Amino acid sequence: MRVFAVIASFVLALWSVAADAESVVRYGISLADIPLTTGQPDRGAGAYQFTGYTIYDPLVAWEMDVADRPGKLIPGLATEWKVDAADPKKWLFTLRHDVKFHDGSTFNADAVIWNLEKVLDDKSPQYDKRQASQVKPRLPSVASYRKVDDYTVEITTKDIDSFFPYQMLWFLVSSPAQYEKVGKDWDKFASNPSGTGPFKLDKLLPRERVELVKNADYWDKHRIPKVDRLILIPMPEALTRSNALLAGQVDLIETPAPDVLPRLKQAGMKIVTNVTPHVWNYHLSVLPGSPWTDVRLRKALNLAIDRDAILQLLNGLGKPAVGQVDPASPWFGNPTFKIKYDLAEAKRLVKEAGYSPEKPLKATFVIAQGGTGQMLSLPMNEFLQQSFKEIGIDIEFKVVELEALYTYWRKGAKDESMAGITANNIAYVTSDPLLAIIRFFDSRQGAPVGVNWGYYANPKVDALIDEAKRTFDVKKQDELIGQAHALVVDDAVLVWVVHDTNPHALSPKIKSFVQAQHWFQDLTTIGVE
Amino acid sequence: MLIYILKRLVYVTPVAIGVSIVCFLLVHITPGDPLSAILPSDATLELQEQMRAAYGFDKPLPVQYALWFWKVIHGDLGTSLATGRPVASEVGRAVSNTFILSTTATLIGFTFGTFFGFVAGYFRDSWLDKLASGISVLGVSVPHYWLGMVLVIIFSAQLGWLPPTGAGPDGSGGWRPDLEHLRYIILPAITMSVIPMGVISRTVRALVGDILNQEFVQALRAKGLGEYGVFKHVVTNAAPTALAIMGLQLGYLLGGSILIETVFSWPGTGFLLNAAIFQRDLPLLQGTILVLAMFFVALNLIVDVVQTALDPRIQRG
Repeated sequence: MRVFAVIASFVLALWSVAADAESVVRYGISLADIPLTTGQPDRGAGAYQFTGYTIYDPLVAWEMDVADRPGKLIPGLATEWKVDAADPKKWLFTLRHDVKFHDGSTFNADAVIWNLEKVLDDKSPQYDKRQASQVKPRLPSVASYRKVDDYTVEITTKDIDSFFPYQMLWFLVSSPAQYEKVGKDWDKFASNPSGTGPFKLDKLLPRERVELVKNADYWDKHRIPKVDRLILIPMPEALTRSNALLAGQVDLIETPAPDVLPRLKQAGMKIVTNVTPHVWNYHLSVLPGSPWTDVRLRKALNLAIDRDAILQLLNGLGKPAVGQVDPASPWFGNPTFKIKYDLAEAKRLVKEAGYSPEKPLKATFVIAQGGTGQMLSLPMNEFLQQSFKEIGIDIEFKVVELEALYTYWRKGAKDESMAGITANNIAYVTSDPLLAIIRFFDSRQGAPVGVNWGYYANPKVDALIDEAKRTFDVKKQDELIGQAHALVVDDAVLVWVVHDTNPHALSPKIKSFVQAQHWFQDLTTIGVE
Repeated sequence: MLIYILKRLVYVTPVAIGVSIVCFLLVHITPGDPLSAILPSDATLELQEQMRAAYGFDKPLPVQYALWFWKVIHGDLGTSLATGRPVASEVGRAVSNTFILSTTATLIGFTFGTFFGFVAGYFRDSWLDKLASGISVLGVSVPHYWLGMVLVIIFSAQLGWLPPTGAGPDGSGGWRPDLEHLRYIILPAITMSVIPMGVISRTVRALVGDILNQEFVQALRAKGLGEYGVFKHVVTNAAPTALAIMGLQLGYLLGGSILIETVFSWPGTGFLLNAAIFQRDLPLLQGTILVLAMFFVALNLIVDVVQTALDPRIQRG
């Protein structure tokens, strides 16, 4: 009997330990530092998944828990949004009831207005230059805003813009009460943040790690995190990340080094990839004097590329690009120019334009030696240089650092720093109609307003964009943008090469992770055994 | 003596101002835009100009320098553009992490360096000498970032014995010399120790060879002193020089190693500099370089003062 009692208490003790054991996942991320934790993360679109959509929520959210199709806009802290029929510049957002910030204060219209002022009104006491610089470029349409009642907010846009809800994805809501509590200091708020999101911040060690814990009281029961504690560890070097995964120091990593893939698979790691709104391309200048004013040459460049060979170079971590967006995107449309590897046709087009391998066309492209999103920049560029040489186009590269390339890019192809350069090579994020289509192909988006770098102008494309902006039916909107995209592909405005597939490597310990077709990933889907 | 120290301190002032100007200019003449630390990459030119004015980067360089210098002499190194955190606290934490790593590396380097040096010097021209000298030459010749990667591949990725990156199971916060933290420091410290090991070993080898050829050693042997006794005398005579070299090596390592700290994600000054360079985080870059430069200025001052205290003949200026 005594023996039985001892065994029973031992089993009970074991069971209670197992029940109390906290499930922990350590995630090696590719950033060099923890993004801002005050509300609006810095370090680009990819950072929103780490300290944005974990601690905070937007009014309009992105559907992130589907992998087999592109996500769509879904209700976040706003249950509904609609445009005022009488004045289509006015948007009404109906806010969710019974949502609490992590500090216990209530989310309502006052909190939304306070947060809009935080980033858009430099006279407001809570204005934060740092957060503002992150989100202002993402909210170009907002003209004014006001509280209608405790759970309704009205935002007025500068022009009629049916794509405005996409901008609201980037606007995250921090707790005004917590800001007061930490002495109205955003630096202190960074270590003790409070949002409405599925995770709460537990520990922040700048440049080294951030520990997030499950918010069991989260308002969206479908997004309650599957793990109790999620530790994000910045590891900017791909090889370091891969080694850390192999050594068991972390449980999953972003973007493993392509060379290490066989070793990772051999060690039982799972590689997860998916279509991602990203395109590795050459953006051509169509200003007078550029050879690329001739559509035949632009098409020839697109046809001269063996994209499958490039994928081999990338160890399979990519997808051939046949347009600005993937054919799975609702904005792809039906282009008549089919992008594929057709060397004979490419040579014919170049010959028709008056060039050949014996009498080549010479041009200079500005490229980066590497950097986020640029994939294997130099090897890919050299491969393409060889491919173009075969059809009679000799490309010379001006290699600069990515940050310097961004500076050139913002100034546009007309800028004197671009003299003699007829293409640049920045990989683009293409996650919504503004980012994918409008900013590059609307003729009114040349520098300094936007980044139509090559000054492409097609009145039909402009007209379709204008019509889409005035169309509030999402399906019709997608169709119009698809038509604009088809025209852009038919004009071969860019040289499209590959889409990134945003690879993740998971240790066998990770039993669930949904990789959405986006830069935004939902870290609440990560689960262990 | 007090007057001498005060005089030296006065001499340091123009050097410090010169260092601050060089730091500031070096950082500002490098290509790239500091706003890239703040703005999303796809921000338009229009917004970039607005933010340039908001952060004061539109002011002429001398004005920017004067504003920065005024803050520095009041103990404020500014705020990191990328993170919004005070530069002084970032640099302070990094310096303490680099200190932990470099002292550990120096200890390892000194222990093995003196051992190989003594063995090589004592058994000159024997196979032991060749082996020990070979190891020390390898130490100074091998690129240490490469060695770091190789060690990580063998001991972390293949064998899984030691963690490949970081400063501890909870990061560098609350570092203590327990087993768990020591596991994290082994690989970077070994990688960092190979150069001091090579340098110390070669110096000690030459030193021991010289001492063994001196008359007093022959006299000791002639008096019938055993080999152990002779060895003790050699150690006593070689120790001051070996220690001086160790001090110098420690000084170099305290400057941080960008390559090693980046390979191992060790959150020291080298890692910080690397992050600041890639993010164009000018205040952080200026602050870190200034602190490191001032560290060397202070080190030189201390050496001058100590040397003078020991031997008044070498009093300068």
